Amino acid sequence: MNIVVCIKQVPDTTEIKINPVTGTLIRDGVPSIMNPDDKGGLELALELKDKWGAHVTVITMGPPQADLILREALAMGADRAILLTDRKFAGADTLATSHALAGALKCLDYDLIVAGRQAIDGDTAQVGPQMAEHLGLPQVSYVAGFEMKDGKYIVKKETEEGYQMLEVEAPALVTVLASAYKPRYMNVSGIVDAYGKEVEIWGADKIDVQENQLGLKGSPTRVNKAFTKGLKTAGEVFEVDPEEAVGIIISRLKEKFII
Amino acid sequence: MNFELTKTQQLFRQMIREFAEKEVKPLAAEVDEQERFPMETVAKMARLGIFGIPIPKAYGGAGGDNIMYSIAVEELSRVCATTGVIVSAHTSLCAAPILDHGTEEQKQKYLPKLASGEWLGAFGLTEPNAGTDASAQQTMAVEEGDHYVLNGNKIFITNAGYAHVYVIFAMTDKSMGTKGISAFIVEEGMPGFSVGKKESKMGIRGSATCELIFENCIVPKENLLGKIGGGFGIAMKTLDGGRIGIASQALGIAQGAMDETVKYTKERKQFGKSLSQFQNMQFQMADLQTKVEAARLLVRSASFKKDSGIPYSADAAMAKLFAAETAMEVTTKAVQFHGGYGYTREYPVERMMRDAKITEIYEGTSEVQRMVIAAKLFK
Repeated sequence: MNIVVCIKQVPDTTEIKINPVTGTLIRDGVPSIMNPDDKGGLELALELKDKWGAHVTVITMGPPQADLILREALAMGADRAILLTDRKFAGADTLATSHALAGALKCLDYDLIVAGRQAIDGDTAQVGPQMAEHLGLPQVSYVAGFEMKDGKYIVKKETEEGYQMLEVEAPALVTVLASAYKPRYMNVSGIVDAYGKEVEIWGADKIDVQENQLGLKGSPTRVNKAFTKGLKTAGEVFEVDPEEAVGIIISRLKEKFII
Repeated sequence: MNFELTKTQQLFRQMIREFAEKEVKPLAAEVDEQERFPMETVAKMARLGIFGIPIPKAYGGAGGDNIMYSIAVEELSRVCATTGVIVSAHTSLCAAPILDHGTEEQKQKYLPKLASGEWLGAFGLTEPNAGTDASAQQTMAVEEGDHYVLNGNKIFITNAGYAHVYVIFAMTDKSMGTKGISAFIVEEGMPGFSVGKKESKMGIRGSATCELIFENCIVPKENLLGKIGGGFGIAMKTLDGGRIGIASQALGIAQGAMDETVKYTKERKQFGKSLSQFQNMQFQMADLQTKVEAARLLVRSASFKKDSGIPYSADAAMAKLFAAETAMEVTTKAVQFHGGYGYTREYPVERMMRDAKITEIYEGTSEVQRMVIAAKLFK
């Protein structure tokens, strides 16, 4: 079984600050990490490897510094690492990114493609589903559970109401929730070996894609304005006994047509 | 000259720091309060390979270096000094002498299980009447047929009761003085070997510190470590390496106390401003951070020399002396800067202050470190 996991290097948004004047992110000195949902996806792939002996490839598109998260993935147990990096990819929005990644995936053997639900820097949740569309694959997003039965995938998808259990034909693409898969730590022996392994560098010429679909040219998204979200007004505090509190809560929920 | 960690060492620090924050820190207060050996943490560390960091891959280890090992002890001790010393005693005092002085058979037999953490390791040199004067060993080992018979007591043994493998020193020829001391690998369950009283301690209260009792203990001849009469040399060389471990522990405790104090003094307000805005606080904290960083450089330098095969005995002594005294100073001031809250168990700095004290005492007191440094200076 061949699994390809798509991962992204993101600024650790728990440590990020916003420039109050320009409204843009201050990235200086902010550590870069593997996107949490992607790390959950890698954990799913590694669990399948532990159970079924799958071969796990990790791939990322990014600047040369993104090498770090590929080394981390190798130290966690991935078998192969590919860095998609090229000036032609620069300025890509989600559509151009998904075209580049799909172009690389067309050059790989896979039974399952795993991506994180969304990245903590953009929060779009678009790249995974877009890749599935480009590749003509069945897809399940918001995945919180995964099993294999008779050559098919039994996938647990989280929805706002609960869960759906879906049966999917291979090959397929899933996007995974970090909350469902606690990632393993890098193993010490894996860390010692990580920088001795090869990270394959793939440029635009190495992948199966039309050049006008890449980078700024292939990106229809334009950022109109960035701004800091205003603070919500302070809530109301009622210091009453529990019975009276229940009445107040119910009346407020009704006022807002929530119940 | 390069003061930067290698990429591998940086990746390792990222992992061990995250592990310490998420898995070790939440248990630190409880482990201290209940004097509880953190068995669940030991199992987690074993799975990750933390008990075999500098052991070669050929013997089941990770094949890392002593800088990585030092970073591990530092980062664990930053949140829990108990956990730091479990790794340090195991690695420096048990696995290292077997790696350095063991026969191929001994290495094959012991190192893979020590590296995987299946077996924990310990070291027995100190006796009721042989502390800093380690040459005054009273434990005797007498050769009888295909084995040695050991009689005597060891005290203050870290990891005792939880370890499976003990590197033990005993007199094989009293007339030869230090040249009559030999080292043995003793396993849990060998006839005549038992673990005695557990000490109740001021600090590192989760670590097991016990007496070892040898009553006509039968140790097979193939468990002699190194040459007969070579034990004292093995003990001293082992302690040189151990001092890097304890210096790293002290460094971690000091850094942990700095982290807590920076956080607290930024939050705590008195006279209308946070404590960190008072210049007296800033100056004192600046001095302490400078000492912590100096300690770190001494620790890294000693580890680097050990990895490079350069003599490092005095370097390790300087690292331990300075890091231990820095840890004591930083933690004492950290409690002071926390005021009344610092004296309570609501905050971790009082634990760190109690934990720091032992680093000035074990694996050679600060006075012993000065003896080692002076001996090199005036040789």
